[in-house]
This record gives sequence, C-alpha cells and structure tokens, in this order.
Amino acid sequence: MLNFLSRRIFFAIVTLLVVSAVVFAIFSLIPFDPAALTCGQRCTDQIVESNRIRLGFDKPLYMQYWLFLSGIFLGRSYGTGSAAFNCPAPSFGYSFNENACVTDMLREALPVTVSLALGALILWLTVGVSLGIIAARFKNKWPDRASSIFVLLGTSLPTFVTGLALLIWVTIKWKLVPLSLIGYTSLLDNPFKFFQFFILPWITLAILFAALYTRFTRAAILETLGEDYIRTARAKGVKERTVLFKHTMRAVFAPIITLAGLDFAGLIGGAIITETIFNLPGLGRLTLRSTFEFDLPVVLATTILAAAVVIVMNLIVDMLYAVLDPRVRI
Amino acid sequence: MTKLLTIDNLHVAFPTDDGLVRAVDGVSLTLNEGETVAIVGESGSGKTVTGLSVMGLHKKASAQLSGSVLLKDGDRTVDIVTASEEEIRRLRGRAVAMIFQDPMSSLHPYYRIGNQLTESYLLHNPGKKKEALKRAIEMLDLVGIAEPAERADEYPHQFSGGMRQRVMIAMALMNSPRVLIADEPTTALDVTVQAQILILLAKLQKEFNMGILLITHDLGVVAQVADKVSVMYAGRIVEEGSADDVFYKPRAPYTLALLKSVPRISTHGSDRLKAIPGQPPSLINLPIGCAFAPRCEFTSHAAGDICASDRPELLGTKSTHLSRCHVAESKRDSLFIKEIREMR
Repeated sequence: MLNFLSRRIFFAIVTLLVVSAVVFAIFSLIPFDPAALTCGQRCTDQIVESNRIRLGFDKPLYMQYWLFLSGIFLGRSYGTGSAAFNCPAPSFGYSFNENACVTDMLREALPVTVSLALGALILWLTVGVSLGIIAARFKNKWPDRASSIFVLLGTSLPTFVTGLALLIWVTIKWKLVPLSLIGYTSLLDNPFKFFQFFILPWITLAILFAALYTRFTRAAILETLGEDYIRTARAKGVKERTVLFKHTMRAVFAPIITLAGLDFAGLIGGAIITETIFNLPGLGRLTLRSTFEFDLPVVLATTILAAAVVIVMNLIVDMLYAVLDPRVRI
Repeated sequence: MTKLLTIDNLHVAFPTDDGLVRAVDGVSLTLNEGETVAIVGESGSGKTVTGLSVMGLHKKASAQLSGSVLLKDGDRTVDIVTASEEEIRRLRGRAVAMIFQDPMSSLHPYYRIGNQLTESYLLHNPGKKKEALKRAIEMLDLVGIAEPAERADEYPHQFSGGMRQRVMIAMALMNSPRVLIADEPTTALDVTVQAQILILLAKLQKEFNMGILLITHDLGVVAQVADKVSVMYAGRIVEEGSADDVFYKPRAPYTLALLKSVPRISTHGSDRLKAIPGQPPSLINLPIGCAFAPRCEFTSHAAGDICASDRPELLGTKSTHLSRCHVAESKRDSLFIKEIREMR
C-alpha cells in the first residue's frame, strides 16, 4: 500500500512536470510577443520592453520555466521597488490582464466549479443509477423503454441546448428560479441562494451524465445478472429483490464509482459551456476568457490544475477500487 | 427407500425469434434417497435444463414448462412446475441444492466465503447468526478445507479451483438438502482433483443420505459413481437403466456410439478418436422420426423407413432397462455385442 502510494505520487509529479513543460513549450511557440500582449492601447516600445523585463520574458525559456516552478513553492514578485507585484507561494504566475495573482483567481473560481461538479455528480448518480436499476429490473417493459427515451434525449441534446432551454423556460418564462445576476454565494453563507444559483446548471449537466449512467448501470446490471454467481445466489433461495440490490449491485458499484471519479475530474477541468450559459464564475469560464484574451499564465495554471485533478482522481479511484474489489490489492 | 424426486413427462420449451426450442421433450425419472442418478448426454441434449427445472430456476416469462417435478420436502410433496415462485424459493437451498460446473465463477467474488455460506443458512433460518457461522465452519471442515475458521474470512480468489468446488459443495449442504443436483461438478477441474471431488460427494451422500442427480457428459465419472443412468439425446431420454446395464449392455444406438467415442489408451497404438458422425439436430426442427436416425448406423436393420417416420418409444423387455429404438431388441443385442467386445 505504502509502496503503491509512493510510486504513484512519484509518477504523478513526473506527469505534472511533463504536462507543465509541454504547455509551457506550446505557449512559447505562439506567434505573438507575450510582452506586447501585456500592453494596453497606448502602447510604446518602452512599455513593452519594461514589461518584458518585469515579467521575465527576456530570459531564456528554460529560465522562465524554472522561475515558474520555483514560484509555486517560493512565491514570486514581478518588477522591483515600489512597482513590484508580489504573489506569495503557491504562485502560479501573474495575470497581466487582470493585474492579479493567478492563484487568487483560481481560488475564487475553484469553489464555484467544485460546487457545480459535486452537485451535478450527486444528482446524476442518484437519477442515473436509479433509472438504470429500474430499466434493468423491467427490461423490455415500459419503464425500460421510457428510460431509453430519456437516455437518447440526454445523450443527444448538447448542454447548450438543455441549458439554454432551462434558462429560457424555467427562469425567464415561468420565473421559477430568479436570474442569477447576484453572483456566486457560498453554501455556508446562504444555502437557499446557493441552491437557487446552482440548481439549473446542476440539472443541465446532470441530464447528460444521468443519461450516460442510466445506460451504463442498466448494461452492467444485465451483464452481472447473467453471471454464474448470481445463478448460485438464486439456487440458494435468495429473494429476487436481494439478488438485484445486494448481489448484483455489489458488483456493479465498483465500475460506477470509477466512472464517476473520472467524470468528476473532467468537470473540475471546466464545464465551459454550462458555466458560460449560466454566467458561473468558475474555472471553465476563466479558462475560456483567458484563452480569448491570451492571458497565458492563467491558461497555463488552469491546464496544470485540470491535469492535477485528473491524476489525483485516478489515484483516489484506484484506491477506492482496492477497497471495493477484494481481488484488487495494492 | 423413499422417493425424493419424481420427474414425470417434463417438457421445457423456450420461445425464441426463430421458433420454439424444445430443450426437454418428455423426460421422466425418479431419484431415491442414497442413490445417484446420472443424466448423460452431449452439449445441448437438455441435461442442464432438466436440472434447472428441478431447482425451479427457469423464468416463467422465458420458459414453457409442462409435466410434473415432484420434490419431497419433509412430509409433503411439492410440484415445482405448478408451485409459486415464492414456494420454490423456500425450497431452494433447503430441500434441493445445486452445485455448478465452473467453481471459478460460481462464487461471488466480492463476498467472503463465510459470508456466502452463512447467507445460505440464514435464508432458511432467519436470525440465527451464531448457528450459521458455526455450521459454515463445520461444513468447510467436512468438505476437507484446512483451518476452516480462518479460511471462512477469505475471498473466493484466494482458493484454488478444487477448493472452490469444495466450498460450493459446503454451501449446497448448509441446510442438509435431501436432493443435490450436481451439474458437471468436475468438468472444470484437473483429473486428480476430479477424483477427490467425486470421492467427497460419495462420502457426503452417505452421511446425509442424499439423492444426487449427477449431470455430466463424462462417462468415466458416471461409471465411478452412478447407480442409475439416463442417457439423453435431443431433449429425450434414449436409454435408462442401471449403470452396469447401460455400460455393459447398451441398447440404444446412441449410447453405443457414445461409449465408442470414449478415448482409450490402447496397446496397439494408432487408434483414431471415434466421433459420432453428423451434428445433433436443431431443437427447433426436430426430425419427425427418431432424432438420432440421421446419425445412426443401424437404421437399415429397422423395418422400412420407420426410423425416419416414427418416433420410437422408451421400451424394454426388462422394466429397469429401457431404450428407444425401432430395431428389435434381440437383433440389437446381437448387433451390439460384437462392437462391445471390440471396445474392450
């Protein structure tokens, strides 16, 4: 276990280094002068050059990379004297567009995205797994057919359609949920506003994933029901309900958890469309905006963050799997 | 001797898109206590379907059953074909238990052995957790698993194939059933382990005075343990009798062909494996006449085209040794005797 963990953490660090180096290299290939991008409308060569020195773009690429890495652990300051801009550790850079530390921007955006992803995860797991169980239980009967319509709609409707439809009907026409212009409220500050703020984005994401999970759960249950050990359970005199909810679900549970972990990690990387439609100040929108504005430090940081989340979730899923499946020992 | 199980004219058919698959077509047999009845036949002959019918494991929605399967449960007798789902469930694992072909996949991979054994007991003795655990350890010990208390805490993947089959047997016997259905219990095991399992089953049969319905295609296994043998072909019994009768005086051409196809270690070297020519018939379109006729080498000895036009009945001069064939029994005896000698 300890051996497994240390090995995996080592490889996680290597992976992150490679990801960051690759992203760094890609940005250096962009045919723009990064220093020129930092400069506003009234731009002079002098300002560009001073910015270049201030942000370290004058140094060779490996040096820039080194400064970026050391900034994560030691913090970094840009410029000198009274004009210096300080980003304490862990510093992922300085956004010249926003004139802010990238870490602070992430710190603001992350809770929004985590709330979005976590709420949607709970919703889609509940709905998807339940519908999958119902569909498998009543295979080829009307509940199964009804759920397959849901699956078809859920998987084929893009989130920008479901999201916009929800926004138009629920918020604007029926006025069931107020239009969220107030912005993000934390769960601890005001749970009611928090739910009001997130309910439609959750539903939007959950429709897609619930459909996928319904299909997956149904297929996994039906496959497991054909296993020899299920026949053994029936031969012992186990009630059909227990066969389904205990013997079958026990085996179906592990792959669902795996899938959920990875999908959750993917969403942390940014549910760009959903966040944009519902005006959620999360990581997805941050990435999108920074990309359009060539706010390179932010894009770099969000990319690395997304990679880190995927790596960590993979590790968690592997460890969970070992807990859930006695055949897997780590 | 008490009759534990009486199957009478059992038909099992599965409706499919291509037509009705007649998997079992009028099977009758009886099983007494302390007795081993073997059902022998090739794949798709209806052996396993017959076994599953006794367990009531066919879904009412997908299988059509008729005839009767009378199972003794204490003082009463239940007809599995007409009994309710819940009634059958109460019998399963208690009055009748089953062990399966593949012990590697027949145990739940996620539950501890002890847990799976006690579940079997608790289903029919709710709430008696302490007794269940005691019984589980006792049974593991009985089937020859060393350190049963410790091993009860292990998972199936920590057991070898033979050990898992022992666990399956222990689980089947948790509630001391009177009838045990053993569906190819040794097929998936090594030959040495096969013998151990068969010896174990014979020992437990004595101890519990069980009737064992042994389903197999392995004639070697049948010869070792069976008292009575029913040979099945295309969903029907083509020959039944004592193990000695069926092995030494086979009367159905199919039985003879089956015995001839058993590989032998011969002293004069290069004998080829004798397979039965042709394919078993489709269970959707069974021949009008004898199902084995297209593959049979004795049809010319029957009167006219009777093999192709009429189904033979299960008959015999001795009431304990019956066979299906249109060729006269005396003629068959003289025809077969030469072939049987050749085999030895």
